[in-house]
Amino acid sequence: MRARIASPLAVAWPPVALAVVAVAIWQGVVVLGKVPEFLLPAPGAILGDLLAHPGLIGSATLVTGLNGLVGLVVGAVVAVVLAAVAAAVRFFDRMSAPIVAAVAVVPIVSLAPVCYTMFGAASQQPRQYIAAVAAFAPVFLTTLRGLRQVRPVHRDLMTAYAASGWQATRTVTLPGALPYLFSGLNVASSLAVISALVTEYFGGPRDGLGSLITSAAATSNYATAWAYVFGAIVLGLVFYLVTLALEWFASRRA
Amino acid sequence: MSDAVAIAGVTRTFATGRGPAVTALQDVSLTVAPGEFVSLIGPSGCGKSTLLRLIADLDQPTSGIVSVFGKSARQARLDQDYGIAFQQAGLLPWRTVAANVELPLDLHRVPAAERRARVAELLDFVGLADFAGSYPDQLSGGMQQRVAIARAFAEKPSLLLMDEPFGALDEMTRERMQTELVRLSAETGAAVVFVTHSIPEAVFLSDRVVVMSPRPGRIREIVPIGLGPGRERGEALRENPAFYAAVTAVREALHGDGAVPVGVENR
Repeated sequence: MRARIASPLAVAWPPVALAVVAVAIWQGVVVLGKVPEFLLPAPGAILGDLLAHPGLIGSATLVTGLNGLVGLVVGAVVAVVLAAVAAAVRFFDRMSAPIVAAVAVVPIVSLAPVCYTMFGAASQQPRQYIAAVAAFAPVFLTTLRGLRQVRPVHRDLMTAYAASGWQATRTVTLPGALPYLFSGLNVASSLAVISALVTEYFGGPRDGLGSLITSAAATSNYATAWAYVFGAIVLGLVFYLVTLALEWFASRRA
Repeated sequence: MSDAVAIAGVTRTFATGRGPAVTALQDVSLTVAPGEFVSLIGPSGCGKSTLLRLIADLDQPTSGIVSVFGKSARQARLDQDYGIAFQQAGLLPWRTVAANVELPLDLHRVPAAERRARVAELLDFVGLADFAGSYPDQLSGGMQQRVAIARAFAEKPSLLLMDEPFGALDEMTRERMQTELVRLSAETGAAVVFVTHSIPEAVFLSDRVVVMSPRPGRIREIVPIGLGPGRERGEALRENPAFYAAVTAVREALHGDGAVPVGVENR
């Protein structure tokens, strides 16, 4: 069952090589083809901008990252609590299912301009709320599925042992649902970052990655805009990899 | 001392979505003495698993009475008078082998020191002492089933209920497990109700074999197997003419009406 474990180096070098070649081609095309900067800045110029003010990019990444994180945590906690209620109370489940389905398909960032009017344009709150709403649906749906996934043989076993409802929940239901929760969290983490960032496009304090990308582009600092985009990529990857590690850790034995 | 299991006039019908109700068991009566090994055998759909679930109080009869050690099946379950093993080992994948065996002791708040001692003893008992810290997915199917059997024995039950516990194992592992089970049940003096659809398995293990027929499920015949006490049964018994004679007797009881039942293994 266990896959042969290749050395990390052997796994890592092909994509790294591909990335290096792609960046080299990009640089070559831009320089040799005299591509105008507003169309596509050269990677060298973007790197120069990154190195010129790493503090600005770093702090913008932190602002957006914190909004995404607050949203992810709040959304996930609410989702887990409501999923537990839905798993226990059939009526609540029937009542909430269509609403959760609606939340899952509605493009949440479309609420951003409305939220800024509600909470004030100087507040980070609209960004965090929207990230929370975006993170909510996948965590709710996967956790609920996990809580319902108890195998019949385990249920019989708990009955045969005359285990109380709480004992059965603690020994069988919760540990079984954990991997589902974390895979939902993995999906939600990307949604939270994207929502926090895109919400910045619609207003609010000009301190996050989204705000600064729009400002830089609007003032013709194309390389700077791309440097912030680079920050956004790093941020998204960090969220994804951390939750992926949590998911792996939780599903090792399930 | 009262019977380990006493079943009197039990009928179980299942309501289906539309259509008529299905009669899984009809007017079944059976007693199992303390320390006795009884197998239930019959083709698929004869209600043998349903009967076991009624004894375990995982299901309730539509009519009739099931009592275990003179109490209602429900009271016996609440008092933890039986240990149980299913066709699937049903181990918890996030617990180690030791923690899986410990599960019933854990749920019933046995003190930690006592728990540890008992788990060590049980793992020795089923020959898995070296795997205490392993996880179920690191074990073969036969080893997982041994963990499940150790778990069923954990609280020294005087009644053991087993629903085709060796059904998913290969023939060689299966025969070894049968020899172990005969030894374990003889050593502990537990009564066993064992569901199977293998004739040689039923004969090898049992004091009596209950032959059932389907649609509706009922007891066709109870075949006594006079092969001596469990502790004296070993591999040599499988070559013994008396063993073959008992296999033939059970087979004839199964095929009594001339029709060949579906789903019974003759191996």
